[in-house]
Amino acid sequence: MFDTALSAADLVFLAKGAGMTILVTAISVAIGTLLGILFGVIRVQLGATLSLPLTFFLDIFRSVPLLIQLVLANAFMGMVLRLQISGFTVACGVLSLYTAAYCAEIVRGGIDAVPATTRRAARSLGMSWMQDMRYIVAPLATRIALPSWIGLALGVMKDSALVYVVQVTELLKSTQILITRLQEPLFLLLICGAFYFLISFPLARFGGYLEKRWSHD
Amino acid sequence: MFGYTFQWNQALARLPKMLDGALVTMEVAMLSMLIGIALAILLTLLRLSGARPLRAIATGWVEIARNTPALFQIYMAHFGVASFGIHFSPFVSLLIGITFNNAGYLAENFRGALKAIPETQTRAGRSLGMSQLQAFRYIILPQMLRISFLPMTNQMVWAVLMTSLGVTVGMNADLYGVTQDLNALTFRTFELFAIAGVLFYAITKIITLGARVIAARLFRY
Repeated sequence: MFDTALSAADLVFLAKGAGMTILVTAISVAIGTLLGILFGVIRVQLGATLSLPLTFFLDIFRSVPLLIQLVLANAFMGMVLRLQISGFTVACGVLSLYTAAYCAEIVRGGIDAVPATTRRAARSLGMSWMQDMRYIVAPLATRIALPSWIGLALGVMKDSALVYVVQVTELLKSTQILITRLQEPLFLLLICGAFYFLISFPLARFGGYLEKRWSHD
Repeated sequence: MFGYTFQWNQALARLPKMLDGALVTMEVAMLSMLIGIALAILLTLLRLSGARPLRAIATGWVEIARNTPALFQIYMAHFGVASFGIHFSPFVSLLIGITFNNAGYLAENFRGALKAIPETQTRAGRSLGMSQLQAFRYIILPQMLRISFLPMTNQMVWAVLMTSLGVTVGMNADLYGVTQDLNALTFRTFELFAIAGVLFYAITKIITLGARVIAARLFRY
């Protein structure tokens, strides 16, 4: 009924692509989140005017297509600086900053959502700025920011499909290679789409559930 | 300072071509947004409807659009449907892909907006003798569009950024496609793509500022 030339070796090839997608996403989200928290806190601490340069810098990553960011970074490292940097490193670097740009917004939103009175109360009780951040702001802001952060992480996973442009063979690229060879676009694309969907959908649902649960109390 | 000589003039000489590409990019984004909004309203209605299969179709659309990469959706619109003997031009494939994505995200935004509108308003409309559809059209819809105006602006920016993916299905008339072709001719990769980046940045800023002006005029009270 359904005939396919897809062999076990091809499935392994796809699985490797999927592994690459997950690896690039994990590294970028990890580094990007740390940077994002740093940038977010800096923005809140400095206020809108002083942090303008940082805001502008981060805004670039959200206003220029990721494809162009990747090509530019690759060209800059390779052609301009003449550095021997692998596409994988470039991909992780760009995606990390891309993640950080969005994460900084989420972090800022989370911190701003903690009532000023609560923070003043903490300081009045003799807590230092660090203690206030650690014991008061962090837990409250996390509750607000976590659903958006899950959405961001999933967004980065989907956007990581673009790193093919710096010669990183992730899932979608491996699918395309197989399509060229086997000429079964629909079947292969469905496998690829199913993979993304199966990772993204449950996590997105979980994020929605957290949002719902944490907003009604 | 660098072991590389920047040749901005060579790249800047190609600016008119890139601006033409920017217009195509805006055109695709605009079209995909207009059709996307119409489809999203339709999806919202389907999700509100009592019929189970209709709701399932709408929910399926929204979840697939939101949980797979946009690039995958464009591939599907180009290579996927080719399996059925349907061959779209790169322009159409790109438009379908982005529109599908837009509609899904917007429908979700609309659903969020609907939660902010009290259900009693529909009932009030019904009591005044409006049909279900009239109540939606005259009472709910305007408020829904107003509440989701900001997310719609964001989606518009996304649509512009997504047009750069058209190059993967052979689109070469949009800003990214034009830049890529010029790069093949001149090998001024960094300069050309830097200019393209600046143009994209300008387009997104025009959209956000334009949306702010429109919002100020439309929602004065």
